[in-house]
Amino acid sequence: MKTKTKLRKILSVLALAVVAIIFVFPFYWIITGAFKIQEVTILETPQWFPLEPTFENWIKLFKNPTLIWLRNSFIISISTMILVCITASLAGYALAKKNFRGKEIIFGIFVAAMALPKQVILVPLVQIVNQWGFHNTLLACILPAVGFPFGIFLMKQFSETLPRELLEAAKIDGCSEIGIFIKIVLPLVKPGVAALGIFTFITSWNDYFLQLVMLVEKEKLTMPLGVALMQQEFTTNYGVLMAGATLACIPIIIVFVLFQKNFTQGITMGAVKG
Amino acid sequence: MNKPVLKEKILNENTNTDRTVLKEVKSKKSRKKILSLSKKQKEDLIGYAFLVPAVLFFGTFVFYPILKGLYNSFFNMTWKDTTFIGLDNYIALFNDEIFLKSLVNTATIVLVAVPLIIIFSLAVSLLVYKLKSVSRSVFRAVFYLPVVTGSVAVTVVWRWIYDPYSGVLNYILKTLGIIDDNIIWLGDSDYALMCIIIILLTTSVGQPIILYIASLGNIDKSYIEAAKVDGANSWQIFRKVKWPLLMPTTLYIVVISTINSFQIFSLIQLLTSGGPNYSTSTVMYLVYEKAFKLGQFGYAAAMGVVLAICIGTFSIIQFKVFGKEVSY
Repeated sequence: MKTKTKLRKILSVLALAVVAIIFVFPFYWIITGAFKIQEVTILETPQWFPLEPTFENWIKLFKNPTLIWLRNSFIISISTMILVCITASLAGYALAKKNFRGKEIIFGIFVAAMALPKQVILVPLVQIVNQWGFHNTLLACILPAVGFPFGIFLMKQFSETLPRELLEAAKIDGCSEIGIFIKIVLPLVKPGVAALGIFTFITSWNDYFLQLVMLVEKEKLTMPLGVALMQQEFTTNYGVLMAGATLACIPIIIVFVLFQKNFTQGITMGAVKG
Repeated sequence: MNKPVLKEKILNENTNTDRTVLKEVKSKKSRKKILSLSKKQKEDLIGYAFLVPAVLFFGTFVFYPILKGLYNSFFNMTWKDTTFIGLDNYIALFNDEIFLKSLVNTATIVLVAVPLIIIFSLAVSLLVYKLKSVSRSVFRAVFYLPVVTGSVAVTVVWRWIYDPYSGVLNYILKTLGIIDDNIIWLGDSDYALMCIIIILLTTSVGQPIILYIASLGNIDKSYIEAAKVDGANSWQIFRKVKWPLLMPTTLYIVVISTINSFQIFSLIQLLTSGGPNYSTSTVMYLVYEKAFKLGQFGYAAAMGVVLAICIGTFSIIQFKVFGKEVSY
């Protein structure tokens, strides 16, 4: 009996390891591919490790306005993150702790819109942005992303845990509404804001569809868009494409690894209560 | 002689303070009167004030586009002209073979991918949640890696893996003796959709696994102990104890995976552009092609509305079916 459970445990860990390798492999292939010479990348027998590491892919990559693409990606992600954190923490707090008429209706509309496929509205969104004259600007990738109500939902969940007595005590002490929010609410919901911030950073960095329909000129592109463009140019020159892919995913992976704990908390908070 | 003076002083002081208090009360009252706000109205206003920034963004960039999309779907709208045509776009849609094919492809992707996402992430989570916290977070990160990597980087590398000549997949399958000749995975309408579903799976299980691990950790151990004492085997414990308790999480995962699978776009746009012969075209991809490549905005809007209705219906059905089993 004991050997049987032990065997089962070993087998399950083995299965888990195999699956994990399959999941890590594409990532490994991106990083190593970025340093392989072109002759190797087109061989039928793959070279599992770059035996003659080269920088030629990177040189070709940086002939594109790569640094501008990276900068644009950072501008979009950071601005979206800041705006989402501000609007969502304000709204989430009000929806959780304030009593006002129409609260349920407003929250209901937010939740319903969350279930709606956001990509369905991209066509009218592009027309609107065009009309207002900021199509093909970074702003066109930032402002619409702030409108999506996921953050409000998340911050409402976090704000529910605020102790009502504390808020009332502050009010009796003569603290203004804004004072209460800045001095008491924000420090208490900080883990929520951190989680939301990282989540927003990652999703807006990778929001390929929005960037694709909003940005046109080569100098206005983001890192993921730039790689997609290079894919048309280089088709099977996989080394250069892998170098681009490396550059597109490394910043975001660093952010994720550094803040994994906050991030996990944010994802679970949005779905699993308690 | 001293006393009355003191008394007077005190009286004076009293009336003085009384007066100032009265003044303050009066001024507060008058201010209230000017704004004519009851306590309730003031509370309303404070609540709305906190919501203003969020509502502004939401209204401008989500709510208004929804209405505009719906409105556009009744027009023949191109780069040049806009004419009202009523329901013609919708009628044309259901006579459009490519649209119907894309609808079938989309439904296939959803119906294949969602159950696989649930089974896979549940199986992994059941194995991982008992591990020590360090290895638990390592595995969590591993399965979340494809999500973080982003669809473009993931797609580019998978295109190489699937490459008919220099791809690893053909090499491995040939070495193992499973296939004899190289397969043109993405260029063959028998395989292309399946290949895309596989990539979709690797990018979709990250969040479900994090959620399942969290909910499994929340299950009260005494339930499982009690079942063990009663002689239940591990399958029975899973089926009778864990599965019902995981139901709310499962419902959430089913809904978000369905919504995500319905909207599959970047994989298709980057890998196959809907080809070969529309065998991998989905509704979302077709919306993009019609609107941004061909400029048929009205027609694309009608497609978007149909897609939204499909997703809405699916979500309601899922809530009805799974909701019965959910016990909070």
